Amino acid sequence: MSYIWTIAEQSKGKLRDVSFELLSRGRKLADKMDTKLCSVLLGNNVTDETLQELIYRGADEVYYIEDARLENFIVETYSKVLSDLIKEYHPHSILAAATSSGRTLMPHVAIHVKTGLTADCTELDIEEGTNNLLQTRPAIGGNIMATIKTPDHRPQMATVRPKSSRPLPLDKSRVGKIIRVALKDELVDSRVKMVGFRKDVEEFVNIEEAEVVVSGGKGMKKQENFVLLRDLAKHFDGVLGASRDAVDRGWLPYPHQVGLSGKTVSPKLYICAGISGSIQHLAGIKTSEYIVAINQDPDANIFQLADFGIVGNLFEVIPKLNARLEAYKKEAK
Amino acid sequence: MNIIIPIKQVPETSNVKMDKETGTMIREGVVSVINPLDLYAIEAGIQLKEQFGGKVTVFTMGPQAATKALKEAIAMGCDEGILISDRKFAGADTWATSYTLSEAIKHIGEYDLVIAGERATDGDTGQVGPGIAAWLDIPLATYVSKIDEVTKDSITVERLVEDGYQILQMPLPALLTVIKEISNPRLPTLRGKKKARVSEVPVMSAEDLKLEESYIGLKGSPTKVVKIGYPKVTRGGKIVKAAGDEGVNEAVEGLIKFLEAKELI
Repeated sequence: MSYIWTIAEQSKGKLRDVSFELLSRGRKLADKMDTKLCSVLLGNNVTDETLQELIYRGADEVYYIEDARLENFIVETYSKVLSDLIKEYHPHSILAAATSSGRTLMPHVAIHVKTGLTADCTELDIEEGTNNLLQTRPAIGGNIMATIKTPDHRPQMATVRPKSSRPLPLDKSRVGKIIRVALKDELVDSRVKMVGFRKDVEEFVNIEEAEVVVSGGKGMKKQENFVLLRDLAKHFDGVLGASRDAVDRGWLPYPHQVGLSGKTVSPKLYICAGISGSIQHLAGIKTSEYIVAINQDPDANIFQLADFGIVGNLFEVIPKLNARLEAYKKEAK
Repeated sequence: MNIIIPIKQVPETSNVKMDKETGTMIREGVVSVINPLDLYAIEAGIQLKEQFGGKVTVFTMGPQAATKALKEAIAMGCDEGILISDRKFAGADTWATSYTLSEAIKHIGEYDLVIAGERATDGDTGQVGPGIAAWLDIPLATYVSKIDEVTKDSITVERLVEDGYQILQMPLPALLTVIKEISNPRLPTLRGKKKARVSEVPVMSAEDLKLEESYIGLKGSPTKVVKIGYPKVTRGGKIVKAAGDEGVNEAVEGLIKFLEAKELI
């Protein structure tokens, strides 16, 4: 069998958006090879209706492995289950998400099935003639782009970042097969136990999966000033990000940090204020679709990467921008 | 508690400037340092040793020059450094690297914990830590932000995931990859530096580790780099000056038009 697989992700029985983004990438590859696209999901209490959406959004087949012991992501068990499926079905290529679970699961699986894995691919294509998966990814802080192949091992495996592609529109005329696979007891690894979950951080946000990120840096001067950015973010239903400087000063907690020692983001729109643009910060935002920068220093690195830049005092610019966006919304109504 | 920490030497990028003509990174004069994310692993390891006793062994796979990174780690408070070095390792991808490092860990001996940085800032894959855990068949926790509890034979940790912190309990030995929240790396002390200077750093080759030759270096790597490109990172966007009331208004108007044109509002 020479199918393309995607690894869908769920949380409490609901599919994460990245599951659909992977299908839109996979669909292109499967069409080019004239083969089937399959989505694999491990979880518990996922309804048929939910599984069906994977088909409406591009999958030809869905393999669903359901068990209470798969409700939470535990890498050892997930890795054994996926490796077992791979050995049984021999997929051609597997695309997974560069999320906390995908980035943990796939390198574990790569060792078990003895094959290659390429992280954070920005482009995927099929090589004419060989059907090798051409995997292009940034490295060294985005300063080089490397194209990588896995010529002699199967499956060929890659992760891609959330939000780096758009899901296909829902097409209810699509038909496909849902295949339920029973969990084999011997694949359950009970060494690691999830004993709790903490979500007590104020404004816990997942900046990697946001459409719009509004970030502040040292130039915000103090924590209270982030209210300006919070208001700005609201106009776009966006979330707050921060530079390393801002996080080190305690203005926002670490999960908001963008850059090499924080998160890499690929939103549709990245707005930053008071961030000069260290190499580390730029590396974390390079794959954003549009970048808007507001900074006092005309020579700041950030303007090299901006699609639209405003050289000026952010404390003058942002309040006016917020007021203008407020008025704009009213006009539109 | 015996702790093993695999580290990597990477190009120092914090003071790197961009070439405004070509829009690429200026790499001349860039020195090598310990991967900044490995410093969190080193600090976490030293703190555990201070609390529970035992030994911290740091090791790296690299050329002879990587001894410098090991000595820096010793200066911070690690007890021993080991260099894994062999021409045969050249061109190793994450699969071959995690095999080699896992064999080195077996060779180093009895351990309770392996602590690694979440990823290296040059390759930026984050695949080697999980790979080592798979090779060693020991429990793995990635993105660890906090160690809640350590007992004689188990550890409880928190790991940062998309919507919160997952709390995991696992038996020892285990492997953790850690993030910035875990610790605040200390600076080397004068005494540490003196100790590092006189420390012997043994070197181990593929033969010393009795490695399977078909699993190492370029030959043992399932992935092959077929093309390298140097993308222009600059975007050449529109930059406007917002000076004075009038200037600010114009700049804001310009931005609104931009957002409109790109269908962002």
